[in-house]
Amino acid sequence: MENQNIERDIKATLKKNWRLFRQSRLGITGLVIVIFFGFLAILQPILFLTNVWDEATYHPVVGYDAEQVTRTVVECPDEYPTREYETKEDCPRVDEVNIRYLKAFNIQVEVGDLYESNVQPAPPSSRHLLGTDSLGRDIFSQIMEGSQVAFLLGLISAIIGVGISTLLGTAAAFYGGKLDTYLMRQSDLVLMLPSLPFLFIISAFAELKVWHLAIVLGTLGGLGGSVITIKSQALQVKVKPFVDSARITGGSKRRIMFSHILPNVAPLALLYMVFSVTGAIASESVLSFLGLLNIDMSWGIMIYLAQTEGFIFTGLKYWWLILPAGLAVTLLAGGFYLVGRGLDDVFNPRLRRR
Amino acid sequence: MSQKLLEVTNLSMHYDTLDGNVDAVKNVSFTVNSGESFGLVGESGCGKTSVAMTLLQLQPDNSVITEGSIKLEGKELIGLSENDLRKVRWDSISIVFQGAMNAWNPVIKIGEQIREAMREHYPQNSKQENINKINELFKMVGLDESISERFPHELSGGMKQRAVIALALSCDPKIIIADEPTTALDVVIQDQILNEIKKVQNLLGLSLIYISHDIAVIAEMTDKIAVMYAGSIVEIGPTQSVFESPKHSYTRALLDSTPSIRGEKKKLRSLDGEPPSLINEIQGCSFSPRCPSPSSGCKNQSVEMGLIQIGEEHFVDKCCSECV
Amino acid sequence: MGKNILEVRNLVKHFEVSKSVFSRNKKIVKAVDGISFDIKAGETLGLVGQSGCGKTTTARSLCLLDPKTSGTVNFNNPETSKMESIDEIDDDGIRVFRRNMQMIFQDPYESLNPRWTIKDIIKEPLDIHNIGSLAEREDAIVEILRTVGLTPPENYLKRYPHEISGGQRQRVSIARTLVMKPKFVICDEPTSMLDVSIRISIMDLMLNLAKELDVSYLYITHDLAVARYMCNRIAVMFNGKIVEIAETEELLQNPIHPYTKRLISSIPIPDPSYKRERYEINFDELDKIISNNTDEQMVDVGNEHLVATHDTKGFFIET
Repeated sequence: MENQNIERDIKATLKKNWRLFRQSRLGITGLVIVIFFGFLAILQPILFLTNVWDEATYHPVVGYDAEQVTRTVVECPDEYPTREYETKEDCPRVDEVNIRYLKAFNIQVEVGDLYESNVQPAPPSSRHLLGTDSLGRDIFSQIMEGSQVAFLLGLISAIIGVGISTLLGTAAAFYGGKLDTYLMRQSDLVLMLPSLPFLFIISAFAELKVWHLAIVLGTLGGLGGSVITIKSQALQVKVKPFVDSARITGGSKRRIMFSHILPNVAPLALLYMVFSVTGAIASESVLSFLGLLNIDMSWGIMIYLAQTEGFIFTGLKYWWLILPAGLAVTLLAGGFYLVGRGLDDVFNPRLRRR
Repeated sequence: MSQKLLEVTNLSMHYDTLDGNVDAVKNVSFTVNSGESFGLVGESGCGKTSVAMTLLQLQPDNSVITEGSIKLEGKELIGLSENDLRKVRWDSISIVFQGAMNAWNPVIKIGEQIREAMREHYPQNSKQENINKINELFKMVGLDESISERFPHELSGGMKQRAVIALALSCDPKIIIADEPTTALDVVIQDQILNEIKKVQNLLGLSLIYISHDIAVIAEMTDKIAVMYAGSIVEIGPTQSVFESPKHSYTRALLDSTPSIRGEKKKLRSLDGEPPSLINEIQGCSFSPRCPSPSSGCKNQSVEMGLIQIGEEHFVDKCCSECV
Repeated sequence: MGKNILEVRNLVKHFEVSKSVFSRNKKIVKAVDGISFDIKAGETLGLVGQSGCGKTTTARSLCLLDPKTSGTVNFNNPETSKMESIDEIDDDGIRVFRRNMQMIFQDPYESLNPRWTIKDIIKEPLDIHNIGSLAEREDAIVEILRTVGLTPPENYLKRYPHEISGGQRQRVSIARTLVMKPKFVICDEPTSMLDVSIRISIMDLMLNLAKELDVSYLYITHDLAVARYMCNRIAVMFNGKIVEIAETEELLQNPIHPYTKRLISSIPIPDPSYKRERYEINFDELDKIISNNTDEQMVDVGNEHLVATHDTKGFFIET
């Protein structure tokens, strides 16, 4: 009977919060995006386990699949326009291959021969929904793998960061004095620290894996500005009569901090957590793009590969190498941000319209 | 004296909220004559502030007036354009609301803020004319002239509230609505403010609508009162007659639960229960669940609410006309 | 009513306030400036005055929320039945003191932890002082909920503060306060934020519990009408000092200090036919006299009616 009551109460609270969250279009948009990428992240291992995809073909890192095409060998002229080609860009055509190019690899052919070759990167097809990269790996599978990395990194770094800032912020508010001064100056220092150059330096000295990066990003975020925000919230809670009431009764400092102040700071901390996921995902992409991380696959790595192999300046000709990964980073980072905005409406009654 | 100034008839209004419609004002009618003090008394959430806001057409965006009319000197206010309303506000009706003293802009001098309001309404006045008038008003509410050159943070709560009254008077209104103007203040300062309001009212021959939960303040300030419960007026009449012979159980309960420092120390009576939620439509008498002696008609909620006359200008809700 | 349960002598609480961020000289605000009073067992003493007069500061110093600047506070230790000074007792003594001294706050919306259930809120004092077994604590909670009129208790145990009304919250506050059966409770305007129709039921509840559980109250309020209803004696406070203290009816009928007279004359009377007369005083002058005088004394004018004298010549001259 009693249990039913609690269940009903929790359900009612959740229902009310959900109703508030649902009011925020931004939040719902964000949630849809996050759920979509979450789905992608979970889908990949399922596809492998159920043997819908075989690993040799579809593995994001070591898979290989080549598309065979037959092309006519031609020799591109030195001067344009000619009868066949109007400009330099027209030669070779899609079904042709330049003999000079093949000669460079010491392949013995004559003009007019048919030459059989692999297409890498291959454009999207029914076999590879988003095509393959320059090493013949499935892009869609890589996007899914990248999604796992993004969630792992984002959530771990956010949890670490929020854990640190909640604990330190609450402690600063509760104990005050020298501890407070020290923590605030430290947080100023971390805020002033240009974080990307700092990460470059770290990656020069140590090989950064996803885990390491999550810890570094989490710690940086946790020591920075969020400590100040959490502290100011904790200060507001500290002077509430229910805290006084616990003090009058003789409650220990630990009890007051962990039982009274922390739970009342928690919603704000959760909000910060969601926002900091955005930052973590973006930082990972930048570092990977610069080739500073020791990660097998991520969205940043995908763009990095496209760039190092010279596909990035080819306009939209090889769009499947850059666009999916770029969009994924933007969408998921933005999605978490939007969820944060939606939660803001739930936790900050002042922002509510009614 | 007996000229009708403000006439509210069958006013109904609800708020559209997430949880459903909140029926804040239900079928409220009253008139205020010129020079008269009219009191609206009731507990928090009974709809008295909603009535005040509707009189000025300042109700929040999610409110919907479903019925009724508000006529000021015969002119309908509901449905007036924002421009016309601006003229009516302050010009004819002005309001001193709870916590208004905290609504001063902290970086502008008090006098300048009042002059700003006056410029809006009397564009033809010269600056000196406005200053003279403010000085006059300050004298009326017991403030020194030098206050107009001060910033809000330099003044005490009571002084700020007096300045609010001066602001409310600055555009020569005919009615002042005072919505719990002293609730956040101390007894001594409350006493001073009440005194100023009464003095100014007599001096300028204004009508006053005084809204409060404090029946003792209402007793001193008003000629006529309306008791509100759950959005409806349950009893209305001359203050003297309502206090001497309350007919509604709720009025009775309010009087019985107010401690006084005068007379015999008597055992006060409390009212069981809580006011009903206004979200669900209430069938029949809204007070019957708390009524100490409900009639059978009230209990099974078959009686519709509505005022009936029981004395000279004294009306009571028919559900409870014979409760006391 | 008999022996004293609390004796306060020359309680002083000063705050240092820096005038601005850059100035070094600090201004001292004398929030409570040497007040003395006794509270007898089973008695309710009202502490009445305007906001800023030091009522709440007194309360916070008495229950050790803020350390007092000077003065002595003696309490009747129920375990030894002796008066003990709270400055001289050991940690065990402080625990006894805390168990017997509780406070009810003004704001029912802020005085209960919003993330705790009613049961946890009431249980906390028992947990802190380790009173009884777990089962006994549960029983005590159900019992006290019934005592404060929240019936049936099972309906309330699992609820959160925001799910109940203001009046019910204040009842929960009272339950939490009384669950340890303290001897002395400080009430800081506990009904001022409640609606009139609910206010009386809370005051009646407190009065009944005082009799039933033999509790003394220090009842802080700015409303003399409420104080008259609740209190056996009333102390009037002005600018950090007690200016008059007497039995309730005696104080209301024969006020002597001009401030008391002013205070009484500003209470509205719920009777439209009664024309109240104001007793005007010059607050600036009173303020000057009181803050410039350091050697005022409380003079007994009979019937334990004490009035402060502010100059050597005798009573304050009426303005």
